Amino acid sequence: MEGPWTRLGLWAWSALILMFLFVPILLIFFYAFNSSNIESWPIPGLTLKWFTATWNDDTVRTALGLSLQVGLVATAIALALGSCAAFAIHRTSFFGREAVSLLFILPLALPGIITGIALNAFFSFSGVSLSIWTIVIGHTTFCIVVVYNNVLARLRRTQGSLVEAAMDLGANGFQTFRDITLPLISTSVVAGCMLAFALSFDEVIVTTFTAGAQSTLPIWIFGQIRHGVLLPEVNVVVSFVILVTIIPVVVAARLTGGGAARVPAAR
Amino acid sequence: MSVKAARRPPSKGGGAAPFQALFWRLPWLRAVLLLVPPLGWFVFVYLAALGLLLITAFWTIDPFTTQVVESWNLDNFRIILTDPTYWTIIGRTVLIAGLVTLTDAVLAFPFAYFMARVASRRVQTILFAAVLLPLWASYLARVYAWILILNHDGVLNWSLQKVGLPAANIGYTNVAMWLVFSYIWLPFMVIPVYTALERLPESLLEAAADLGARRWRTVRDVVLPLVLPGVVAGSIFTFSLTLGDYITPILIGGASSNFIGNVVYANIGIANNVPFAAALTMVPVAVMTVYLTVAQRLGAFEAL
Repeated sequence: MEGPWTRLGLWAWSALILMFLFVPILLIFFYAFNSSNIESWPIPGLTLKWFTATWNDDTVRTALGLSLQVGLVATAIALALGSCAAFAIHRTSFFGREAVSLLFILPLALPGIITGIALNAFFSFSGVSLSIWTIVIGHTTFCIVVVYNNVLARLRRTQGSLVEAAMDLGANGFQTFRDITLPLISTSVVAGCMLAFALSFDEVIVTTFTAGAQSTLPIWIFGQIRHGVLLPEVNVVVSFVILVTIIPVVVAARLTGGGAARVPAAR
Repeated sequence: MSVKAARRPPSKGGGAAPFQALFWRLPWLRAVLLLVPPLGWFVFVYLAALGLLLITAFWTIDPFTTQVVESWNLDNFRIILTDPTYWTIIGRTVLIAGLVTLTDAVLAFPFAYFMARVASRRVQTILFAAVLLPLWASYLARVYAWILILNHDGVLNWSLQKVGLPAANIGYTNVAMWLVFSYIWLPFMVIPVYTALERLPESLLEAAADLGARRWRTVRDVVLPLVLPGVVAGSIFTFSLTLGDYITPILIGGASSNFIGNVVYANIGIANNVPFAAALTMVPVAVMTVYLTVAQRLGAFEAL
């Protein structure tokens, strides 16, 4: 029903939206090579010195180390708990099943500040001092749903007859799981883990309320931007964070045929 | 009895076999055992924390010691409801969240229409990925990019100067917040609108044309009503995420750009008044409850 002019208009509009979405992100990569320490446009020249400066900055290294630790531990716990939940929900119907799904998605659906302040109040009320473990607890809570969604989606698409056939041929529960179920779901498990890690690596709101005096990489970035200091290093770190979060997502999307990345990265 | 035992085939599963048989006979037992760890985590950490937050909202702090006083009262809510400062902040937050939602709907609709009904299958896949990617590219990075753009010596003023227009100094204002929020949450609007448009049956459009409706009439009377649930589904994200944000107001807002989240943040960090912060977070919770109820009436949950 679209005439040629409407089509042209829609095409132009879409091109503009794509530019709107991508130009700002690409711009940061340019600024990372900015030879001046003043962030103005156009940049006067190109340099690699901020990369070495950032690499030699101990606070950045500490923050990166903390972010990696938190991301890996939170992903590991989310993997265990999310998979358990997916296997439990799959092929069993019980009262409140929908409620359980809703509960798992709640940390992503509610504004992050609510999860953050709730956990903060909870920790201070129960006398737990803020540490790397409180950050891990916060991150795990919103990472579980990512693993859960991915594994459950794959389980729903695999045929139960394969498992039944293995059982009929005499395989015990462990053998069936190792030789049939695990190979079938492995890519979705990996995809879920990568998305969970990407989510954790970039999280700032819940982290500010659970971190105490420590800085993860996003907390460090937030502090620097807020006070307008060390911006040349921020350019480098931010470019790095974009790559670290986008690459796992692209890989995850490939592993699951595009479905995985649809989980909203809400905070 | 002994005969029956002798007939039983030798167990292959080692120690696991009895459990296997048990799970086979009682499938719910397996489900319950699997569900205990994740559900336990949610009940004892997350729900406990949310419950405590709700309770804390009815407590106060001792103004001298800043210790939490566990006596039930409505003081926090009374202050929020009577102090015009908080009304201004709540009003600003809800207004900007509304404007952002409206802007994203307007930006997203033609784009989603192009994706769903004009683009080829291949272009469709590429565009879908292109919309999702920025969502995963660090939230802080995207806010920061706009600080660089809206800067006095940034890309925006440079471009304006090139085409001979006066410089626009919108950095660190409410306008900047509106722009940045619209940018950050746009993908959340595009996806559900696209999904709704893709489900639109071609036959309905043909029927409208056969009955003599012109193009705009078809869009207004056939396409828009059917896509509305998708728009509302997207608006849940754009509205809720803006409502609870405090990072963007800190980084790109001006002197009078405080959001509800900023006051909450200040009360946790500096003032250490957790009960008041808890009471204040009940405002976005209440607003979202109303919003979600209306959204459900409009059929948005099926479009998610």
